[in-house]
Amino acid sequence: MAIFLDENTKVVYQGLTGSTGRYYGNLNREYGTNIVGGTHPKKAGTDVDGMPIFASVADAKAETGCNASCIFVPPVAVKGAVMEAAEAGMELVVVITEGVPMHDEAWFFNKLQQDFPDTRLLGPNCPGIISPGKANIGITAGHIAKPGGPVGVVSRSGTLTYQAVYELKEKDIGVTTSVGIGGDPVPGTNFIDCLAAFEADPETKAIMMIGEIGGSAEEEAAEYIKANVTKPVVSYVAGVTAPPGKKMGHAGAIVSGGKGTAKAKMEALEDAGVKVGLNPTEAGDLMAEIVASL
Amino acid sequence: MDLFEYQGKEFFAEYGMPISAGKIAFSVDEAVAAAEELGTPVMVKAQVHTGGRGKAGGVKFAADMDAVKEHAENILGLDIKGHIVKRIWIEKASDIAEEYYASFTLDRSAKKHLGMLSKEGGVEIETVAEENPDAIAKIWVDPVAGLSDEEIADWVAAANLPEAAVEGSKVILKQLYTAYVEGDADMVEINPLILTPEGVVHVLDSKVTLDGNSEFRHPDYEQYDESQTRDEREAAAHAKGLQYVGLDGSVGVIANGAGLAMSTLDVVNQVGGKPANFLDIGGGANADVMAGALEVINNDPNVKAIFINIFGGITRGEEVAEGIIEAMKRVNIDSPIVIRLDGTNAEQGREMLAPHLGDALMMETTMLSAAEKAVSLVAG
Repeated sequence: MAIFLDENTKVVYQGLTGSTGRYYGNLNREYGTNIVGGTHPKKAGTDVDGMPIFASVADAKAETGCNASCIFVPPVAVKGAVMEAAEAGMELVVVITEGVPMHDEAWFFNKLQQDFPDTRLLGPNCPGIISPGKANIGITAGHIAKPGGPVGVVSRSGTLTYQAVYELKEKDIGVTTSVGIGGDPVPGTNFIDCLAAFEADPETKAIMMIGEIGGSAEEEAAEYIKANVTKPVVSYVAGVTAPPGKKMGHAGAIVSGGKGTAKAKMEALEDAGVKVGLNPTEAGDLMAEIVASL
Repeated sequence: MDLFEYQGKEFFAEYGMPISAGKIAFSVDEAVAAAEELGTPVMVKAQVHTGGRGKAGGVKFAADMDAVKEHAENILGLDIKGHIVKRIWIEKASDIAEEYYASFTLDRSAKKHLGMLSKEGGVEIETVAEENPDAIAKIWVDPVAGLSDEEIADWVAAANLPEAAVEGSKVILKQLYTAYVEGDADMVEINPLILTPEGVVHVLDSKVTLDGNSEFRHPDYEQYDESQTRDEREAAAHAKGLQYVGLDGSVGVIANGAGLAMSTLDVVNQVGGKPANFLDIGGGANADVMAGALEVINNDPNVKAIFINIFGGITRGEEVAEGIIEAMKRVNIDSPIVIRLDGTNAEQGREMLAPHLGDALMMETTMLSAAEKAVSLVAG
């Protein structure tokens, strides 16, 4: 089992004709992701390295039955691309694009909740999602994760996700699904969505959650874990030393008005019974102990 | 992007909001000329990207030209919480009967826009929130539905503004929401929003943060980029397109990915060191980017050791190694470098780096041991 994505997911790439979309589309296909093709309003009927191009997501769905989309279009086109995918009935929409305006994000997040509740949005500004051995949507290097579980991973940071799944692989620990929820202020999918899915996934036996400064998603996740999660959770929160008022690379990674500090997040998580590592390696060691005792 | 007060007011004025006549001045002479044109009395106001200007002596009333000159002399060059005043806003003085507070920002938790309105303005809203939270009327706005006139009316009623201020406030709040959404602002704040003795509601101060990601539909926002507060190092890094934040320690840090870069600072701190900066070189680590990053770090006189922390994902270890070797040929580095290279093809990368190792370039296999090494080099 895996969450949100498996070998049966059929994916169309919006932005496959661009250089980034093409590059990662090819890597994802090589990994084994079931890619049905890409979209471009003016290039229907052509192909990108053998992957057919459709005029729209709706056309791609009519011809292939695809149920997921991966978006690589520039920030200016993201809002339209997300709505196109939702309107075509995609169940999973993964937005890799970084630099989407906050007001666009806030708008399409709410629009999807109201009118397209069956569409799961992941991102923007996220590395994507990988169910090792089954499928990979996005920019994660597939081979750094060991297939099979028992650990589910969810993270706001791309490189720290890679670091985490790689360290687990080095310890011969597999991953069911690794979800990068992204570093923007309005992530389509949040920690709680992933925690709930991992809790319900029989193959996932333990959860690794990687947070960072800014907002209160980790604190809300801690509350949720306390009340709803029976599986062991290990966490790491980046940005203990981040100065207030400065955006640390990610748009959402900012301590403002004394809120969103790593310390407060770690305390909330510990209070919820989560084992918190002080660095990614320590978190990996904590997870290894848990997996050994399963 | 943080706007100065006067830029924020010009931004508000574009959406029809009432602001006072004023002029920006970079010198005492310009301040005097501005006041002569506007006519006294005027306010002389320091323009800095920080709060607490009044307490620091950065906002003064000038009844006549002598006072304008005196205040301009005192305020220009003033240090307000580490921000040196380089420009002052000369504004027609207003009579104030009452002071209110109004703002919009994103509530990340609710994923809705949050409007706050209070009849206790003129002080920091955090103070009001702590001492008298009931004095703040909050409204959560669905970004799709927007803010209706009925909702605004209910909101103003909930804030208990006096009758005389109700109609004027409703108009300004609607304009403020439009400015916030159409202007792609992360935050808009009026503090104080005033009621004059004549019963007019008026914008007396502004705090605006614009979303830099929206520049594709607001090309004019580029003008605000140059007036952002950056130290010399941050300015140099910004010019090279690097994600950099200056800190005050001695271990220069380069990492790929925002999360890993933050994590690197944490680890340096954990082993007893102090990072000099946050620097994310992004996914790729080619020679150009690496050389630019090393230049910025090398120009920081506080840096005594450099810690390069790379996790290869799609970017392979040998490409990273090649970038580092090439960058070191181009930039003459003063401080020893410790590299930790892990992830995809890390072994190949390490093999390529091996012949270059010595006192100037050292390699460690884990984040922790590399941080320890870098910190020990600072200690000497």
